[in-house]
Amino acid sequence: MNLLTVIVLLPLAGFVLNGLLGRKLGPTFVSVVGCGLPILAFLATLKAFSTLQLAGPDAALIEHAYRWAAVGERAFEIEFYFDRLSAVMTLIVTGVGSLIHVYSTGYMKGDAGYARYFAYLNLFLFFMLTLVLGRSLLVCFVGWEGVGLASYLLIGFWFEDPAKAAAGKKAFITNRVGDAGFLLGLFLLYWAVGTLNMDEINAAFMAPVAPAVSASLVGILLFIGATGKSAQIPLHVWLPDAMAGPTPVSALIHAATMVTAGVYLVARMHGIYEHAPEASQVVAVIGLMTAFFAATVALVQTDIKKVLAYSTVSQLGLMFVALGVGAYGVAVFHVYTHAFFKACLFLGAGSVIHALGGEQDIRRMGGLARRIPVTFVTFAVATAAIAGIPPLAGFFSKDEILWFAFASAQGGSPVLWALGSAAALMTSFYMFRLLWLTFLTPSRMSHEVEHHVHESPWSMTSVLVVLAVLSAVGGFVHLPEFLEPVLPLATAQESLEHLEHRLVYVAIAVAVAGFLAATWLYRGGLAKGDALAARFPRLHRLLGGKYFIDELYDAVLGRPLHWVSDRVFLRAGDRFLIDGTLDGLAATTRRVAGRLGRIETGQLQWYVAMAVLGIVGCLAWVWRHV
Amino acid sequence: MSEPMLLNLLLWLPVAGIAALGFVAKGRDSLVRSVTFGCMLLQFVIAAVLYQRFDGLERGLQFATDVPWIASWGVSYRIGLDGLNVLLVALTAFLGPLLVMGAWTAVQKDVKLFHAMVLFIQFAMLGTFVAQDLFLFYVFWEAMLIPMFLIIGLWGGERRIYATLKFVLYTAFGSILMLAALIYLVLATQDGDGLTFDLRRLSGAGLPLAAQVWLLAAFALSFAIKVPMFPLHTWLPDAHVEAPTTGSVILAGVLLKMGTYGFMKLGFPLFPDAARAMMPVIMTLAVISIVYGACLALVQDDIKKIIAYSSISHLGYVMLGLASLDLIGIQGAILQMVSHGLVAGGLFLMVGMIYERTHSRAVADYGGLAKILPLFAVFFSLLTLASIGLPTTSGFAGEFMALLGAFNAAWPAHLAGNQVPLTLAVIAVSGVILGALYMLWLAQRILFGETRAPHAPLTDLNARETTILVAIVAAIFAIGLFPGDPLAKTELAAREFQQRVLGEAVLLGSETR
Amino acid sequence: MADLQVLLWLSFALFGIGLVGVMVRRNALVMLMCMELMLNAVILALVAFSLRTATLSGAVLVFLIFVVAAAEIAIAIPIVLMLSRQKRSLDVEGYDSLKG
Repeated sequence: MNLLTVIVLLPLAGFVLNGLLGRKLGPTFVSVVGCGLPILAFLATLKAFSTLQLAGPDAALIEHAYRWAAVGERAFEIEFYFDRLSAVMTLIVTGVGSLIHVYSTGYMKGDAGYARYFAYLNLFLFFMLTLVLGRSLLVCFVGWEGVGLASYLLIGFWFEDPAKAAAGKKAFITNRVGDAGFLLGLFLLYWAVGTLNMDEINAAFMAPVAPAVSASLVGILLFIGATGKSAQIPLHVWLPDAMAGPTPVSALIHAATMVTAGVYLVARMHGIYEHAPEASQVVAVIGLMTAFFAATVALVQTDIKKVLAYSTVSQLGLMFVALGVGAYGVAVFHVYTHAFFKACLFLGAGSVIHALGGEQDIRRMGGLARRIPVTFVTFAVATAAIAGIPPLAGFFSKDEILWFAFASAQGGSPVLWALGSAAALMTSFYMFRLLWLTFLTPSRMSHEVEHHVHESPWSMTSVLVVLAVLSAVGGFVHLPEFLEPVLPLATAQESLEHLEHRLVYVAIAVAVAGFLAATWLYRGGLAKGDALAARFPRLHRLLGGKYFIDELYDAVLGRPLHWVSDRVFLRAGDRFLIDGTLDGLAATTRRVAGRLGRIETGQLQWYVAMAVLGIVGCLAWVWRHV
Repeated sequence: MSEPMLLNLLLWLPVAGIAALGFVAKGRDSLVRSVTFGCMLLQFVIAAVLYQRFDGLERGLQFATDVPWIASWGVSYRIGLDGLNVLLVALTAFLGPLLVMGAWTAVQKDVKLFHAMVLFIQFAMLGTFVAQDLFLFYVFWEAMLIPMFLIIGLWGGERRIYATLKFVLYTAFGSILMLAALIYLVLATQDGDGLTFDLRRLSGAGLPLAAQVWLLAAFALSFAIKVPMFPLHTWLPDAHVEAPTTGSVILAGVLLKMGTYGFMKLGFPLFPDAARAMMPVIMTLAVISIVYGACLALVQDDIKKIIAYSSISHLGYVMLGLASLDLIGIQGAILQMVSHGLVAGGLFLMVGMIYERTHSRAVADYGGLAKILPLFAVFFSLLTLASIGLPTTSGFAGEFMALLGAFNAAWPAHLAGNQVPLTLAVIAVSGVILGALYMLWLAQRILFGETRAPHAPLTDLNARETTILVAIVAAIFAIGLFPGDPLAKTELAAREFQQRVLGEAVLLGSETR
Repeated sequence: MADLQVLLWLSFALFGIGLVGVMVRRNALVMLMCMELMLNAVILALVAFSLRTATLSGAVLVFLIFVVAAAEIAIAIPIVLMLSRQKRSLDVEGYDSLKG
């Protein structure tokens, strides 16, 4: 049985069914199909996983779906590849994906576009599975672009709002910039290696005779693709805006799965990065910058989803730090734990928004802990997990990232560690700030909102509970060792190994310090925090304005592009130079013809004289030349 | 029925249709439409049969007819299918019935003449594709101008006279040069057997490089105007904007491919040495067209103009693929031609549908159509995605392979190896970003946001319009998901084209790598 | 031999008279007559050559010119008539509005 193909096609079937019939057959049908097929896909993944486990640690299932195109001896095959890395990713995608589908049945209940929503969500799963299961970069790219499409459709799901439609477009375009880098890398690899199969490319770079292309160049190009999808500097600008989509979408696409595709890509192509220290260094530095700056921005955001969005950007940055220092398995470990706690946080935020009838500003929340207890408890667990409080999931993965950032033999350095720890400190701080302001401080809600507050239905809360449990215990599965046959373990510099335990204590201290600072500042409400902001108005404005990157891009890229297109290409080029030349030619012809026309006087004698002159001229010429 | 008859039937069916229209009484417009539609549909069926029976593994012409026409000049009525034209013939026949359906209610003036012209241009286009004799090719090539001239000039918009003149003068200018080059070529290749216009025999002639360069320049000018390539493109937006929907669809769907087909069928193979020497110029112009067209599409406020400029950009990929001289690139170019015909044709049909309802093409007049015209929005989005070149659509297959070809360009060593095409290909990839930029911005402005339309209420697509679009979208996805079958039909011809152009030159391409 | 010379000179003279007449006279009728003179000069030359070469080609062409001349007069005279009726004059100077 073609199990992998089935896994991929199940959500596609959901998309087709819901897209074509959903509106007619009603929400029950939509829910059953929309949730049932992803769950089936999850079960199929479990089956495939058990087969893989039986096959041995470094085995891979390869399934040939069909031949896309063949040119000469070269063929582009659609093949699926299932090793431990894709298995982990597929389990996350189908598992968390199914949970979020179930949650959505509660969250989106009664929405006019219910069928459309599930169709898009299923479409997303289809493309995401194509991405993680594809054997060749081509198939991966199909999924890569496809998840971008699904993300675009879901961000702009409520398209009547121009801002939301614009956010969708921004996400797509920004991703396209990254995709162009991906494509360039892909073309270069094909040019140099002659295949697009990722396992073969890795093998080619591992071989004694390396391909005739700079691994660093290819690595950086592929990483540009990753920065687009995983919202790293400088292409991070779309993710915060993407929060315009429905909250479960933010949880699934913009936290748990799609944005980790970049991490997956780099980990998958580790064969290149292992031989490209420069590219790895770029990955680490960009990741670190993103982790740090996004965390600073998250400190002052007041929209509950924006805080989580910047936190996602920051966490993704940490994953890239791990990739950059060669700790590929650790990065995937963080992808895995992050999927649980960040999905839980987003869904919890969704539950809060749901309870408050659409309110997203944490300045107008507070005191929700007693009113929506399940949401509060799960949210608190996930917050502790992301902050790195042991023994919750986030602690394990983040601690390992920081350790390898410090000590890895492939580019670890105290600077990476220090700034990474600073980011972790800020993470702990802003997450507990969020927790305090949303749930624990005295209520700042308007009376009307307060009156309507209610706990979410079981379809939502049960998912929260599952995810909270996973966030709590997920860290005990030690993923890097499990992935070792596929992704080589990072090695620490021997001279530093004795510091490992000390750094663990530091990491715990950092998490607790963040918690204490947030408690001190926000336990009493907004007052202390506002006072602090008032003392540093410039800094506060800079952070609140997200470093004004959007404005910068508009001024440096958007406007010049329009100016050049409009003024230089359209007005100066097309209208003035090209059409002007042609119209000028036409006008000149007309003018010359007008002048020549004056010879024609209408005097018969004049004509005769001209004719005679002409004949005489001809005769004379013949006389001379013959 | 014998096989060559089938192709003849396909070619001459529109003429029979015109004759049949002559018997239709004045004023019976719906009968005129039905007759034309029936004729087109039959033609499509024949084309489908031909496509099915076409054997991609067989060398040379298939379904060929060769009858002496003007014997003293060596001119023959010589037609046949080969790998280069089979897909384009299928595309032309596929769009035929959809054209008639699209114009069912839109054209109310001089209905009979209009449909006769549509049939006529169909005849001329198919003739141009299947002609295997240079003289015959030229006759059909010029014949296309007449119906197009009338369609824009009689049924066009306000500035139709200006647009028609521009279109005809541009095209005629190129054609005259081509005619001169053609005469020179035929006279220069004259041998013991007298004159010949047979393409196969002509391409065997080894002219000196200097002569080849001039001849290729003349041919290329004519073809580049049709494509259109920068800087010979300014007729296209005007012609598109002023043309009626049918005219735009013909123009974008098939007529523009004449230019790229001309390069592929005549320009490069007839003058291979010159083609190799001029390849950097051609590829540079192709890349400029990609970027320039996309940038201009960004700043237009007329929906038709946006799509017109996007055509310039998309056909740039075709030229890029051809100029790469790599097998994948050539195949991608052929695929991109078909894809662009479907996508741009579909988009123009959709603009026609909305124009019929509101009589406005200004982007600013629309907004939030997804709310009031959901079906329209679905199809427009799908075509937008295909235009952007999203994977699983035909646009991706074409663009991807053309770009991949450019990276693997099989240029002879003396052209600085791979440095030039690599650089150009990197620039061309930026077109991928720009393409998404202008198309998504268009979709955002007219489909999303606050609902705005010139007048309400608007009715959503009816069954006829939906049928048209379903057919086009199905074709787009069929090619995007399974490009293997069409590519298998063209591969041999593409390989022959490549070997012909590369000639004795050292193969740098992937064959040797 | 001498005959041919004489005939050609005569033809040349006739042609010259006709040409000068067309160029200097302004009366439309006179101009037409002068043109006939030129035609006759050509006919004379053709006949002379025909004699000289002892072929019929020249003679055949003569008939062609007869037909052309007749047709020309048949059209030209009505035009001149119409014009003179309108302008009340035969002076070609007044006809310059015909240039369009």
